[in-house]
Amino acid sequence: MSAVAFVVRRLVFYVVAGWAALTVNFFIPRLMPGNPVETMMAKFPELQPQAQRALEAEFGARHDGSLIHQYGQYVVDVFHGNLGVSVIEYPAKVSSIIGATLPWTLTLVGVATIVSFALGTGLGILAAWRRGGWLDRVLPALTFLQGIPYFFLALLVVDAFAVHLGWFPIQQGYSPGLVPGWHWPFVQSALYHSVLPALTIVVTSMAGWMLQMRNVMITTIGEDYVLAAQAKGLSSRRVVTTYAARNAILPNLSGFALSLGFVISGALLMEIVFSYPGIGLTLYNAVTSDDYPLMQGIFLIIALAVLLANLVADAVYVLADPRARAGRSET
Amino acid sequence: MTVALPVRGARARGATRRAAGARRLSTKARIGALICALFVVAAIVGPMVAPYDPSAQSFAPVDILHAPSMAHLLGTTARGEDVLSQVLVGLRATLVLGLLTGLIATVLAVVVGISAGFLGGFWDELLSLLSNVFLVLPALPLLVVLIGYLPQRGQTSTILVLSLLGWPWGARVIRAQTLTLRGRDFVAASRETGERTWRVIFFEILPNEVSLIAASFVSTVLYAIGTSVALAFIGLTNFSQWSLGLILYWAQNGNALQLNAWWWFAPAGLCVALLGTGLVLLNFGIDEIGNPRLREAAGRVRIEGRAWRPADPTPVVRSGSTRSPAARPEAR
Amino acid sequence: MPVEPVLEISELSVAYRGAAGDVRAVERVSLSLRPGEVVGLAGESGSGKSTLAYGACRLLRPPAVITGGSVTYRGRRLAGRSVEVLERTPPELRELRWREIAIVFQSAMNALNPVLRVRDQLLDVVEAHLSLTKLDARERVASLLDLVAIPRDRLRSYPHELSGGMRQRVMIAMALAVDPEVVIMDEPTTALDVVVQREILGQIVELKQRLGFAVLFITHDLSLLLELADRIAVMYAGQLVEVASAHAVHHGPAHPYTKGLLNSFPSLRGPRRELAGIPGSPPDLRSLPAGCPFVPRCGFATDECTKVDMVLRAVPGARDPGHVSACPFVAPGAQAPDGKGTVSEVAS
Repeated sequence: MSAVAFVVRRLVFYVVAGWAALTVNFFIPRLMPGNPVETMMAKFPELQPQAQRALEAEFGARHDGSLIHQYGQYVVDVFHGNLGVSVIEYPAKVSSIIGATLPWTLTLVGVATIVSFALGTGLGILAAWRRGGWLDRVLPALTFLQGIPYFFLALLVVDAFAVHLGWFPIQQGYSPGLVPGWHWPFVQSALYHSVLPALTIVVTSMAGWMLQMRNVMITTIGEDYVLAAQAKGLSSRRVVTTYAARNAILPNLSGFALSLGFVISGALLMEIVFSYPGIGLTLYNAVTSDDYPLMQGIFLIIALAVLLANLVADAVYVLADPRARAGRSET
Repeated sequence: MTVALPVRGARARGATRRAAGARRLSTKARIGALICALFVVAAIVGPMVAPYDPSAQSFAPVDILHAPSMAHLLGTTARGEDVLSQVLVGLRATLVLGLLTGLIATVLAVVVGISAGFLGGFWDELLSLLSNVFLVLPALPLLVVLIGYLPQRGQTSTILVLSLLGWPWGARVIRAQTLTLRGRDFVAASRETGERTWRVIFFEILPNEVSLIAASFVSTVLYAIGTSVALAFIGLTNFSQWSLGLILYWAQNGNALQLNAWWWFAPAGLCVALLGTGLVLLNFGIDEIGNPRLREAAGRVRIEGRAWRPADPTPVVRSGSTRSPAARPEAR
Repeated sequence: MPVEPVLEISELSVAYRGAAGDVRAVERVSLSLRPGEVVGLAGESGSGKSTLAYGACRLLRPPAVITGGSVTYRGRRLAGRSVEVLERTPPELRELRWREIAIVFQSAMNALNPVLRVRDQLLDVVEAHLSLTKLDARERVASLLDLVAIPRDRLRSYPHELSGGMRQRVMIAMALAVDPEVVIMDEPTTALDVVVQREILGQIVELKQRLGFAVLFITHDLSLLLELADRIAVMYAGQLVEVASAHAVHHGPAHPYTKGLLNSFPSLRGPRRELAGIPGSPPDLRSLPAGCPFVPRCGFATDECTKVDMVLRAVPGARDPGHVSACPFVAPGAQAPDGKGTVSEVAS
């Protein structure tokens, strides 16, 4: 089996997973007790009758056509990018709301995750290579970070650096009053506002990567081929990188893909604490105001984004591990 | 020598090894176990020793948002409720939720994992596909949507939903281990002698996966507590029952941060953090028992006063070495 | 003609340091290797033979510690100088390793880097030790595969794509990559089936004759050494119990343990006899008895044996002048009291 075949097999899996996400999304409102449309109508009495009919169609409360028919319509709608209409921001389309807020989350979370993965992995390699060194002794303190919920650390960080020290803004993605766009004052403000949120993500997730990498590295260093590399008289650098780290990072890589789901969760909570205008905050607002169409649309987009990221990570893994190309997957 | 001997030998050796390992846990693992034990005790006695009713409100100005004092050891909330009582009562609910979810999810994980690993073939493909799909979908958004639709957001439904999403991690790991064990000689030997499948699973495979299952349980409890607190923080919880997450929700809603009422959110948050750390350290201990290599290294070898790196050449220490217990006669 | 040994291990002691004290894995072992010679190191698992070899190269990881002795290397490239391996600094050791002393590991599947192609694993050691142009280096690597009769297109393969025998041959090629003087072979054929084993051994002999390196062949299978080695050293519980020429070991072993080992495998020729083996199990290095460690399993043991000092002494009446044994009580060809000590075979 070649690399292409492996990727194709994974692609099929992701298509199945994507279909599962779609279907779950479709069935949740129909399986839950209660009538979501009535809830919404009660909350927003000013909604027009057309809105009510549209909502009913969306949630199947009207029962026109069989379930299969509704499902088919739903899938077609999704592929056209029609995710319905938001209730709290009526008549704004769900897709446009998501389009406005998703980039904020993507940049912040994307950059922060990559940085924490790189840092954590690098430090893990160092800690394992210099067993008993100061890095190894600092590890217990870092496990403390692993057990702290993201958002609590965010709260503490905001309290310390923003409220007390006033070094960074307390919340928001940019200074109110600025118009979003690609001009320097705005970009600068955006960057300034993203420091604390990014920092919390990096600090909390870095510990996990570091510990994992350290443990795998310790096992890898005990392998015969690392000993053989030393026996060959190769430089320490080559032994650490090409022989030890290159092998040790493989489980971490596959773990990275799987942990993306958790990263998203943490980022969502962090956005709530910082009132950062990303998709997490939007989801929160949707939940508190029972805006079901928006909630569902966001879930679907997040799910599909995570699946896509996983696919990319899998492709990277195939490039990294020649055994995977032979069809022998370690996962 | 009958075929049965190696089978029992492998089992016995494994058990002895593990027992010996338990006695030599590193400090951090012991700290973890201690922390968890303390929290369990606190959860059991908490509601009984709480000084006030956690929901008892008071709007007298002197009682609102008061810093810690003799009357209220952890201060009061914006509605005059006693924070200490809330924490003591809420701890039990959070811990119970975590433990129950851990139990259900771990049982599911063990059943699915061992079935997939042991039966192989079609069942393995199916179960693996199922767990992988659950794994890859992002948990929190899915939970938000699921619970968001539930009219009642009580403990039971939360436990069920969390368990539903929490079993795949453990199932994957257990499946991998079962696959490895299935290929081992002692399992093959017992199957050759005609031992029935369920006996093979219970007496050969399960005992060798105990530390893995324990670690999986602890991780799931950690995940359950963290996620339930997060959900409560967003407001997706049962408002009539106090939990650590609910305290944080009210604190956030009451702008505790901006008002500098640190005593409102710090205790609950610290409890979650400490409990989380305790669980993580406990897991370290379980890992160390299962993987001796990590443990040896935990003893941090110091020879001639400095720690040695794996890449260093074997040290040469010529001064008199410590003698092993049975002293040997001095050679010529 | 007395030739200076190329590798001389003298009174080497290696211990594993733990909280409960040291476990002496190798106790005052002296062994020397002459240029072009094949010395076999035989013993059960846990006898310390691999520890001895890796310890001499300082490749053992903590908590292993070298507690005494010296290791002197005198290769041709050093032009008369000698090198004390135990006193080298890490950069000096790196120069010594592979270029002078190379190792063929036991399990090629584990000793080859799974994520590197064969070509890259061979190249990096060539580049680390020799300063060749890129082209010359590649040509050298390709010719290494020719040396072990592997087709050149395998250079692009990964270890998991090769068969067991091929992997082991790659290991051998890799060991010879930069022309070492000494090759330590740690059970190189144990994991292979008999037919492949034969091929590999034949290859090793042929390469040794062609390139002239010395071999330290470690194995638990004494029968292999009887054919392959010039001299054989037998270890038990971390100590040498007998050293002699292969012929002497085969036809007149002096130490009861060696006799026992020879009795543990059948021969294709000669009269049928009952396989005796050695009763009991290997000793626990943490609690060795006083005197000779083999006493609990020895058919010749007497009370005197607990006072033996385990020094290797010349065997009286031996044909081979270098034949030494740690047992002062038993003569070559002697039988154990229960009559199961005979070792003489009808020679071909």
